[in-house]
Amino acid sequence: MDRPVSHAQSYDQIRNNPKFRQLVQSRSRLAWTLSALVFGVYSLFMLIVAFAPQWLHRPFGEASLLTTGIPVGAALIVFSWLLTGWYVRSANTRFDSLSAQIIEESQP
Amino acid sequence: MRPLRALGLAGLCLPACALAAPVIVAEKQPLNLHAIGMFFVFVLGTLAITWWAARQTRSTADFYTAGGGISGFQNGLAIAGDYMSAATLLGLSSLVFAKGYDGFIYTVAFFVGWPLITFLMAERLRNLGRFTFADIVSYRLDQSRIRTFAAFGSLTVVCCYLVVQMVGAGQLIKLLFGLDYPVAVVVVGVLMLVYVIFGGMIATTWVQIIKAVLLLAGGTALALMAMSRFGFSYETLAAHAIDSHAIGKAIMGPGSMLADPLNAASMSLGLAFGIAGLPHILMRFFTVPNAKEARKSVFYATGFIGFFFLVVVTLGYSAIVIVGTDPQYFVGGDLKGALIGGGNMVAMHLAKAVGGNLFLGFLSATAFATILAVVAGLALAGASAISHDLYATVLKKGRVSEREEMRVTRIATIGLGLVAIGLGILFEKQNVAFLVGLTFGVAASTNFPVLIMAMYWRDLTTRGALWGGCAGLVSALLLVILSPAVWVTVLGNAKAIFPYDHPALFSMPLAFLVIVVVSKLDRSARAERERAAFDDQFVRAQTGLGAAAASAH
Repeated sequence: MDRPVSHAQSYDQIRNNPKFRQLVQSRSRLAWTLSALVFGVYSLFMLIVAFAPQWLHRPFGEASLLTTGIPVGAALIVFSWLLTGWYVRSANTRFDSLSAQIIEESQP
Repeated sequence: MRPLRALGLAGLCLPACALAAPVIVAEKQPLNLHAIGMFFVFVLGTLAITWWAARQTRSTADFYTAGGGISGFQNGLAIAGDYMSAATLLGLSSLVFAKGYDGFIYTVAFFVGWPLITFLMAERLRNLGRFTFADIVSYRLDQSRIRTFAAFGSLTVVCCYLVVQMVGAGQLIKLLFGLDYPVAVVVVGVLMLVYVIFGGMIATTWVQIIKAVLLLAGGTALALMAMSRFGFSYETLAAHAIDSHAIGKAIMGPGSMLADPLNAASMSLGLAFGIAGLPHILMRFFTVPNAKEARKSVFYATGFIGFFFLVVVTLGYSAIVIVGTDPQYFVGGDLKGALIGGGNMVAMHLAKAVGGNLFLGFLSATAFATILAVVAGLALAGASAISHDLYATVLKKGRVSEREEMRVTRIATIGLGLVAIGLGILFEKQNVAFLVGLTFGVAASTNFPVLIMAMYWRDLTTRGALWGGCAGLVSALLLVILSPAVWVTVLGNAKAIFPYDHPALFSMPLAFLVIVVVSKLDRSARAERERAAFDDQFVRAQTGLGAAAASAH
């Protein structure tokens, strides 16, 4: 039901289009880099929590009662959200226009 | 000084209350007329929307996915609504109230799965799927067997989660509204049936959007009122919180709760990847017109969820000062004793303290609305697995009219509603914490591995997916039975054989391992065809060419 026979020829053409390879490469490079970044920063955070918690207990600024941990936690949430924004922006502009070109070129 | 006994309570039910409804056997409270009145207004509004949606719902596509006509922003709110359950507000704020920074760490853990879904899943889900996630998994694999399996995985998750929500709803409503437990369960069940049967995905999405707005507005207003007591300064708040809390300065950094890193790792793994295997969340990606809107919707959803979580952490810290030092919120006025209504009521007490009874009523009504919206989404996901996957595709091989399929969907919804009400009443006195472990365990170790491999791995075969999925399902089930929540709490043994609450750390890698090994060993002709079909699937996943289009309204 979901196998669109009518698209089979277009699919072959698209696969052979060098722009398609370019699209796949640049998109997966960005997606995996950002994933690794989020996952890496999060893992680092959890490692600090597990093995160097005193680092997060340090006061944030002179004579402050707020600890470093509070802004770090908040920054983690905001930072990974901003990366989401970066990806969505690239995908919705750069990748989508490339993809539209590729589809256009594949139509008979 | 702050009570330590209440802390135990919040900590104990953490895996349950953090994402699902709180597991508490609540005492019935006097009738809360403000809350009931405001809830009544919400119900009237949503019924009007259901009436409108019923007139828009003409095809199966309208019913399952709102015809793909939901915008990215609307869908972002709806996804955020699905994820921000009543208990995110109640559970996480209570956790910060009890444990301080440790609650914050958990909050971050609940959040971090969302960016990963954006980068790796959102657009492929939209480009490959139509009504259910089984569409994607069975794209190039054996339609009958894989669909049956995926539908079974969906239904397991949906049923467990429905029971959790129903029991939570009953307890919460008994507490907040002063209604009897069975009455509460039946009200939730019946309203859910009305939304889904008549309004389908259009009504379900709008109920979710309204509720998300109410929850965001209510939470933000509460945080602003609470922070006004501290001159909107986190520095002042920190100073007062440290003075008010029993463990003092320790609330500002990592504490004792993560003493067992493996337990924490298993839980955060289960939660982060479980989201990507929850059928009612996955279904949301099919309600937008194209991959562009799908991406936008996760961007908005992630923003709303992140913002809401930061608000909730603020609420927790403010409550340490405002609720924690006020004897009227403690049983017998004893600050060292338990909180009235149980350890999960922190946000509600805070609402009363800073906003009075009217605001408490508003927040209670919002909590009720939240549960309602989540169960409606679950019922719809379950019904589409039964009617679209099992009935229309597997049983009738796609030879079925839309009319007939819609009829089956509605019957399936009624069936699920009755099961939910029945089990909800049956489980009243049970501790359902284990069902949360099971829901997320099965989602992360059965649905998620099969789905992500189907999207990304060329060599996946039907045999590999079935064996791997079953390995994940069985191991998750077994580990939950051997975990403290079932082995000790339900079965009454002295010591759990499996020491962690969440099985994902073990069952998820096992599922992946079996998928890879069995697929690699599969030398059948069918396996060859399935691998070859990946190329076309890959082009469609990347470009969206051939993806299901939005229906014209």
